[in-house]
Amino acid sequence: MHEMGIISGVLDAVNASAADAGAERVLAVNLRVGRMTEAIEDALHFAFEALSEGTLSEGAELVIQMVEPRSLCLACGNEFDHDRFHRICPACGSYETSLVAGRELEIASIEVDLPDDDEQE
Amino acid sequence: MKIDLHKPILEKNDALAADLRRRFAEHHVYVVDLLASPGSGKTSTILATIDALRDEFNIAVIEGDIASSVDAEKIKAQGIPAVQINTGGACHLESAMLKRAVDVLDLARLDLIIVENVGNLVCPTDFDLGENAKVMILSVPEGDDKPLKYPGVFQVSDAVILNKVDTMPVFDFDRDAFESAVRDLNPKAPIFPIAATKGQGVEEWASWLAERVREA
Repeated sequence: MHEMGIISGVLDAVNASAADAGAERVLAVNLRVGRMTEAIEDALHFAFEALSEGTLSEGAELVIQMVEPRSLCLACGNEFDHDRFHRICPACGSYETSLVAGRELEIASIEVDLPDDDEQE
Repeated sequence: MKIDLHKPILEKNDALAADLRRRFAEHHVYVVDLLASPGSGKTSTILATIDALRDEFNIAVIEGDIASSVDAEKIKAQGIPAVQINTGGACHLESAMLKRAVDVLDLARLDLIIVENVGNLVCPTDFDLGENAKVMILSVPEGDDKPLKYPGVFQVSDAVILNKVDTMPVFDFDRDAFESAVRDLNPKAPIFPIAATKGQGVEEWASWLAERVREA
């Protein structure tokens, strides 16, 4: 249950960026989370709801894009998708593979409500 | 308005881990982070490793536990410096916690630091501590199906220690199934079967580690 720690890091960064931009509130937070990490989608949503209370992010939508694992074969150069359990190169059978995607824990972007947004409408 | 951030969530942890990694490299200290379940024999493995390597290297141990200092006391009783980190409920070590422990140690005099992470096969896998290697320990009584249930920890580990192999006849542990599941998850990691309390198999693991400590 380290999702609380992950989300508190997210909220620190998101609330600071929103405040820097002069936003009144955060509408959405877009995360990219690799399937090979141990972060659980449901637990992230729960933590976000609990920890965002009373911050600029309260009520914001948490959008999580799960990133599927991908590896590069160091023997034959083949790049391939795989599940969490199999990382052997399907083309040549080599064990020498290197993960190129699937361990992301990234805040991609946020959507904020600026006071100016209303005036433009 | 949309604001692009592309910011790593664990940026603070990772930055601090990078600082630690630089400090370790500067002092030629090799740091190994042990990940395992509670009761898998982390402390016994550390004691056996100390026994095997203490003649060649100056070793210190950092013990991560939710509470208590019983593990650190066992290490200190062997005449090895040990620092206890109590996470106070947190399920894993973060680099800020490790830094406080490292600050207490005299890096200039050390060759090897063994970090015992909090007993947990899930949360510690996502946190970089600035260590040179993560090594996981699985003990035979936990069962041969653990790579299928906890793939993450097997993937981030640079080596896998299979402890308590002396109990294999008592438990229905399928070693071939275990080894092939580990190979699927992490083809490069060597597997070291040991019985830490008996000293069995420790030599091979210790020489794998020693080779890396000498290069640090």
